[in-house]
Amino acid sequence: MDDVLLRLSGVVKHFPIRQGILLKHRIGSVQAVDGVSLEVRRGETLGIVGETGCGKSTLARCITRLHTLTAGTVTFDGEDISTLSRRRLRPVRREIQMIFQDPYGSLNPRRRVGSIIGDPFAIHGLADGLERKRKVQELMELVGLNPEHYNRFPAEFSGGQRQRIGVARALAVRPKLIVCDEPVSALDVSIQAQIINLLEGLQADFGLTYVFIAHDLSVVEHVSDRVAVMYLGKVVELAEADQLYGGPRHPYAAALLSAASVPDPDLADRRERIILTGDVPSPVDPPAGCRFHPRCPKARDRCRIEEPGLVARDGDPAAHLTACHFPVEAGENLARA
Amino acid sequence: MSTTDRRPALAVDTVAPVEGRSPWRLAWDRLRRDRVAVACAAFIVLLVLVAILADPISKLIGYGPTQQDRTGGITPDGLPTPPSLHHLLGTDNLGRDILVRIVYGSRVSLAVGVGAAVAAVVIGVVVGLCAGYLGPAVDSVLARLMDVVLSFPFLLFAIALVTVAGPSELIEIAVIAFFSWAAVGRIVRGQTLAIREKEYVEAARSLGAGDLRIMFVDVLPNLVAPVIVYTTLLIPVSIVFEATLSYLGVGIIPPTPSWGNMISDAQGFYQVAWWFLVFPGVALVLTTLAFNLLGDSVRDALDPRTEIRGR
Repeated sequence: MDDVLLRLSGVVKHFPIRQGILLKHRIGSVQAVDGVSLEVRRGETLGIVGETGCGKSTLARCITRLHTLTAGTVTFDGEDISTLSRRRLRPVRREIQMIFQDPYGSLNPRRRVGSIIGDPFAIHGLADGLERKRKVQELMELVGLNPEHYNRFPAEFSGGQRQRIGVARALAVRPKLIVCDEPVSALDVSIQAQIINLLEGLQADFGLTYVFIAHDLSVVEHVSDRVAVMYLGKVVELAEADQLYGGPRHPYAAALLSAASVPDPDLADRRERIILTGDVPSPVDPPAGCRFHPRCPKARDRCRIEEPGLVARDGDPAAHLTACHFPVEAGENLARA
Repeated sequence: MSTTDRRPALAVDTVAPVEGRSPWRLAWDRLRRDRVAVACAAFIVLLVLVAILADPISKLIGYGPTQQDRTGGITPDGLPTPPSLHHLLGTDNLGRDILVRIVYGSRVSLAVGVGAAVAAVVIGVVVGLCAGYLGPAVDSVLARLMDVVLSFPFLLFAIALVTVAGPSELIEIAVIAFFSWAAVGRIVRGQTLAIREKEYVEAARSLGAGDLRIMFVDVLPNLVAPVIVYTTLLIPVSIVFEATLSYLGVGIIPPTPSWGNMISDAQGFYQVAWWFLVFPGVALVLTTLAFNLLGDSVRDALDPRTEIRGR
């Protein structure tokens, strides 16, 4: 069996911007995801980090086929799912599930929790009546909810409990892959830990594979085997979690990591942060060459013209990929560059 | 939703047995405490009973809806007689009992009013859901269609249509529904456009739910509140519309009584027989008022932000 469960190659998602009242014409496009190639191995957790607007969530929706790709392919379990029709996609939907960011928005406020969690059984015709109820209550117990709350409405639960409902729904059809789109960023810190522990426990029990999207770097470091850093619709660095956090090679990844909060105040004082200047350029009109060059402290002429590929740089292990012409060297201090 | 807010935070897990109070249950509780709503509902229930029991009531009074009382129901000059013990609300120009005719008229008003409102809401909801959910291509066709229907000068067209098709209750319902559904459709379309962007609709799609399932299982329950409110407010409009058509002579054909054609008949006599005009008018106004006030109360009850009245 192929070790790779999910393979993205050259995934592109552009959102057209149209103008005009009756005869709309295209005046440009938001290049939300622009050529992302990734592999996710069975049983691992791939973290995806990046700031707001870098295309993380769009990528998640490309994997789950909530968006239709502009170009590229998504191969799941050896099958190209990027062009499947809706009917042919239905069995695949059982294999790939999604956990959403907003535990308030992702549960229908007018429906009872039992019916929400039972949805996958109803949609795929897996269980009816009493059997469905029993299965739903099993799931509720599995994710740490009181099964007697079957008939309650989402409004009667706290944010953390609601996210557990979302997890139970995703788990109902026993998927192979779960795409977690910022599953804890709307929750309190103490609740975040509970949900993450729940997700890790379920991964061990059911052999799940996660694509874990977040902007909280410490959360991603904690849960991920490998981490991809995204900037303006592209992956700029991809490595094992400890390697990336130990020595980021891409200047953007280095800046992002230096901005992460550190629990030890003494350490936080001594640490030097890399302050980036300027704003993230518009994804409608991204910079030529390396997309990071207008803000990069190490940018040179070559960066403005030639786009760097995502490859292993000198001295890095083969699994550590960086898209940069002049990667950060060990001991180099970008804060003073 | 304020369901959990009312209880102390700790009680949520200790209260037994656990039973969810649905948003509907909360709205119902609010509605029951609203005295205006209860009074209006009581009036409407009474009206429905009167309409159903029209035959026994007319037997009790002793006159049929089209029966002419040639002895005590008309003056020697051929004019209507005023309210008396024989005819509680007086008689009309043909010596017919006005109370009995109002009782039978309530049948027409309720049947056409409720029938047309329900038909309009069903069409409006289905068209609005399709327009809002099925994407820009379907939407642009259906939204234009609604614009066209809404821009008809509807009284003129209603008169023309009924004239061509020949007046009957069914035609009346069809005509009123035809000119009312587009307003419902617009509201539903707007709400659907907002709801289809919610994450729970995305969640349903990622689970593999089809369009129909999402439209009716995920979107529709969130539309029920505005639809209920609009239905209760559409009923009085339809009742008045029916009365208008009957008044103009293109609705219910005499001698079958309807409030509209009674008011029309009374026009030539109101200076000598005020009861002939006033009582059907009062019936129409009270009914419309009751439905309108009830509609307002239902809207308040379904909106968790409004304060509870009548406590």
